[in-house]
Amino acid sequence: MDNKKKSKLQIPPWGWLIISFLVAMLLWFFLSVNEKTARSFPFLPAILQALGTVISRGVLAEDFISSMISVLSGFALGFVTAVPVAFLMAWYLPVRNILEPWIQFIRNIPPLAYVPLVVIAVGVGRKPQIIVIWLATFLIMTVTIYQGVRNVDETLLKAARVLGAKDKDLFIKVVFPATTPFILTAVRLGVSVALTTLIAAESTGASAGMGMRIRSFSNSFEVAPMLLYIILIGIIGITSEKIIKTLERKLTGWQEKREI
Amino acid sequence: MAGEERNLKVRIDHVEKIYDGRQGKMVALNGVDLDIYENEFICVVGPSGCGKSTLLNIIAGLLEPSSGAVYVDGKKVEGTGTERGVVFQQYALFPWLTVLKNVMFGLKLKGMPDDQAKEIAMKYIKMVDLEGFVDAYPKELSGGMKQRVAIARAYAVQPEVLLMDEPFGALDAQTRTQLQAELTKTWQEEKKTCFFITHDVEEAIILATKVIVMSARPGRIKTIIDINLPYPRTQDLKMQKDFLDLKAQIWGEVYQEYLEVRK
Repeated sequence: MDNKKKSKLQIPPWGWLIISFLVAMLLWFFLSVNEKTARSFPFLPAILQALGTVISRGVLAEDFISSMISVLSGFALGFVTAVPVAFLMAWYLPVRNILEPWIQFIRNIPPLAYVPLVVIAVGVGRKPQIIVIWLATFLIMTVTIYQGVRNVDETLLKAARVLGAKDKDLFIKVVFPATTPFILTAVRLGVSVALTTLIAAESTGASAGMGMRIRSFSNSFEVAPMLLYIILIGIIGITSEKIIKTLERKLTGWQEKREI
Repeated sequence: MAGEERNLKVRIDHVEKIYDGRQGKMVALNGVDLDIYENEFICVVGPSGCGKSTLLNIIAGLLEPSSGAVYVDGKKVEGTGTERGVVFQQYALFPWLTVLKNVMFGLKLKGMPDDQAKEIAMKYIKMVDLEGFVDAYPKELSGGMKQRVAIARAYAVQPEVLLMDEPFGALDAQTRTQLQAELTKTWQEEKKTCFFITHDVEEAIILATKVIVMSARPGRIKTIIDINLPYPRTQDLKMQKDFLDLKAQIWGEVYQEYLEVRK
């Protein structure tokens, strides 16, 4: 009993990671041999074989690049529009009163629902993808950054003013640094939303892309490459989150508490 | 202490502050008149809600009086100014700046070059005994250390008047006693006029040359008591009769007001 407890405590984090990985593999294997689920979950060898095929055919690289162009341009547009709108909303009551209800309203509609509308408006191709990703990331990032600006501790503003800060100094030297953690959180949420939205955005009339390819594999019942693409999207998501988290730690290590 | 030629530093001239609340008008300050002379250490005590913080904010220029005015060196207060430094109860350090950068903040705003600002900042960081923590961030400091940084930051811009709003209110008794002694020492060295708010009567007597008791709702000055005990005022003083008499007197005045509020 005592011994068991001790050994439990001694497993390092990477040890747990391996255990967690093995458990998932076991579960996956079980799904792949179970009669009811076998068709949806081919096991690792089939997936690796599919990987070889999509790489050698050059499809994977094409899809990956196409998706990344859409995600990054949509996200970048979302970010550069969200920052000023969030600050305007936090500072000017009329702007807030007019915009906030609609931002909340549209934010709660899944992008998949309005993709066809965008396609009808601007036609097929990359344009609707970027517009949809822009809209979705803009909404989530505006809300997050806006909260951050409103959350700036008023005593810090007072402290800066009595030390001689003018309005311009208050913004550059207090409001902006105080909002940085929220901006980074917004970036993290934005990237995650961009990936989620990507699949919806590519579902209509894309010529390449991770989401488009999943749909086309689905139409031809190619399960192994489909599952491969799903796993790859997951890997892209977790990698970008790790990168942003590292950035957060570097830029906002001064924070008292860390939010998750 | 009372010199013959005392310079009038701060004149509070019939300051009124009325808030328009949902339950109608609330009079926070009802005609406060007070003259503060150079080098005086004023402590203001009174029950919560007596408007002592409001008065401090008006002197700081963070709030506007509804009527009346405050003059510093004969000049009417309009907005904040670096001749009036403030130390807040919640420390209000910029969490993204190191101790050194926090203390340099006001100097940089004055447009002072980096090395000069750093030199002055270091002098005040040494004054509060934190030279070992210049590169630390606020989150790495204890409450007492944070408040020391805040005091150094306020002193660094060389204000004429130092306004302190219950600066030691959130600290434990031991740290508070230590900081009181340090503050007295700094006050004697730096020759600044201090306006210090507290709810702790002992703290007021230990620090002040003059204790002001405010009455509650509407806030106004009730009594002014000169404290003629010699500095440095040590812990032993707290056992002596002079001190205990003053404490009883001031506490009596405050308690009366406290009962008023409870009614």
